[in-house]
Amino acid sequence: MEPFRRFKSKAIPLDMVNIDTDQIIPKQFLKLVHKTGYGKYLFYDWRFSSEGKPIEDFVLNNVKYNNRQILLTRDNFGSGSSREHAAWAIRDYGLKTIIAPSFADIFFNNCFKNGILPIRLSQREVEYLFQNIDNVELEINLPAQEIIVTDSGNSKIMHFEVEESKKRILLDGLDEIGITLRYHPYITEYENRNSTKLPSYQKS
Amino acid sequence: MTTFDTIWNNHLVYTGGKGGLHSRDGGPSLIYIDRHLIHEVTSPQAFEGLRVSGRKARRPDLTFATMDHNVPTDSRSLPIIDEVSSTQIQTLVQNCREFGITLFDLASPDQGIVHIIGPQLGITLPGTTIVCGDSHTSTHGAFGAFAFGIGTSEVEHVLATQCLWIEKPKTFAINITGVRKNPHTVTPKDIILSIIRRIGTAGATGTVIEYRGNTISELSMEQRMTICNMSIEAGARAGLITPDQTTFDYIKGRRYAPRDVEFENMVDFWQENLKANRNAQFDKSVSVNIGGIAPQVTWGTNPSMTIDVTESIPYPEEFAKGNESETKAAVRALQYMDLSPGVHITDIPIDRVFIGSCTNSRLDDLMEASLVVKGRRVSSNVRAMVVPGSQQVKLDAERLGLDIVFKEAGFEWRESGCSMCLGMNPDILGRGERCASTSNRNFEGRQGAGGRTHLSSPIMAAAAAIEGHFVDVREWL
Repeated sequence: MEPFRRFKSKAIPLDMVNIDTDQIIPKQFLKLVHKTGYGKYLFYDWRFSSEGKPIEDFVLNNVKYNNRQILLTRDNFGSGSSREHAAWAIRDYGLKTIIAPSFADIFFNNCFKNGILPIRLSQREVEYLFQNIDNVELEINLPAQEIIVTDSGNSKIMHFEVEESKKRILLDGLDEIGITLRYHPYITEYENRNSTKLPSYQKS
Repeated sequence: MTTFDTIWNNHLVYTGGKGGLHSRDGGPSLIYIDRHLIHEVTSPQAFEGLRVSGRKARRPDLTFATMDHNVPTDSRSLPIIDEVSSTQIQTLVQNCREFGITLFDLASPDQGIVHIIGPQLGITLPGTTIVCGDSHTSTHGAFGAFAFGIGTSEVEHVLATQCLWIEKPKTFAINITGVRKNPHTVTPKDIILSIIRRIGTAGATGTVIEYRGNTISELSMEQRMTICNMSIEAGARAGLITPDQTTFDYIKGRRYAPRDVEFENMVDFWQENLKANRNAQFDKSVSVNIGGIAPQVTWGTNPSMTIDVTESIPYPEEFAKGNESETKAAVRALQYMDLSPGVHITDIPIDRVFIGSCTNSRLDDLMEASLVVKGRRVSSNVRAMVVPGSQQVKLDAERLGLDIVFKEAGFEWRESGCSMCLGMNPDILGRGERCASTSNRNFEGRQGAGGRTHLSSPIMAAAAAIEGHFVDVREWL
């Protein structure tokens, strides 16, 4: 995985609560057996009409927002289905960070496995960003856990929390399975212990 | 301790504190996974990852696979026309062969929705950790297991290591009190919809729910599964019910369950370790009295947008209780659903009826629905289908003659799979079609682009099929 680097971008505003992963990537695109190429299907049913034509008033079809790398949205983003295709589509589209007051659990975890940083900010901060979407540029500084928000030459800083191991995995682009395999002795010890204590769990 | 705390403690492989990546207090712990269920849609990329890295499956013997999400539900003797689905199914067959994993394929009498067959085969056991690349893995919590949905990267991680790094979720007690006046018509589906309606779709985010109280103890295992299944619809990581004699009786004798002395030993262990603890401390709790609830029907585009069958479609401000974002969401939902506030839910014509899904496709569900179907006819304006959750459920139902009851009434009686719950197979709604569905999600486009979903219990969906619109089924029985 590519290490997560500091970057600057304006944000794309998607002003809706409870956006579920069925909307992020509709089911007709879950039949593929690889991990790339989903960007063109991101928010497909909101982006394109039944004839496949772009729907003008959807934000991703607004040229003003082209090439922005941050998605700004509302509460409970990524609810519903566990499909990691949602994170693959977001990454493949070119988004690196999603900012919202809250996220659904499975989606939140899936982001970190794919080099995407989901950031929780307060309702007030999210509201401020929505209100000033055309003016503010955001610089994401993960090591410092802060967003440098620049608005017409004035800067202010918004701090965010991120769990330490998730942060290191993103910053170093680590292979988590490779790391876990180093814990092999602990796993084997657990299995041996349970084979005696709870044999029914250790066999099928 | 809560039941969840006990399961958590029993599965700690590594808790940190000795250096390395995952060493901080409050950070994730390495948790052992006892049972890993896989299906065709969220696994191909995981196997590919293993191959690219030259890794093996650590415990293929604790891993079980089936194909359910995209399989057609018409005759199993017909070829799969959708080539992409067919490729995905073939990929699962090859992956299971290559990595030595037991697969219940389309020809198997054990094929079915992964969350139906796990319990049915005795793979699901109390006190275990169970994962699957599917959010409705919470279903297995009905057995007192910590069961949760994961993404494909985590599927690969479990295949390679049989473990996952998890930050310990908070605990959330939902105490259910009250006695239903009409237990045949006010069902477990109505209980869970009424809970989600109350706490919201993010009401349980970051938590494991424990459903408690006498009302829960009196439910059958199949009914408990319906409740735990929809925990994810409240945002929960998992939902569980402390196992009891009903649980043990269900498990006894099933193919993959422990037998004889080993079974007795496990029951002793479960009774000793997982027993309900009245003094357990939960991070949060709520009490819900279900004594007076009516059959529930959703009107909007998430499962919290629910009303009693006796009510009318709410005004957005009324639903959102002053929250601006929720008001906007409700306005959008009404537009998508083509509904107006003030209209009675029973006055809205239905085009399709779907009885199925991991929420409501077990034998109890089909028996429940059949109560109002026998001797009646499906409305001429409605196309209605029953999709049993597994081949075994289908067979059991046919032994009871339920297939005849449904078919004589004009329902289609189909082969098992996820079917129209998510419409990855040919069973989908057309644009603008309105469906009474026993599934779990009424999201935009969930059952087909432009389709409109109303969630309800099996008996309510069956009655809607007969009348062509929802009815208060309490008046029928």
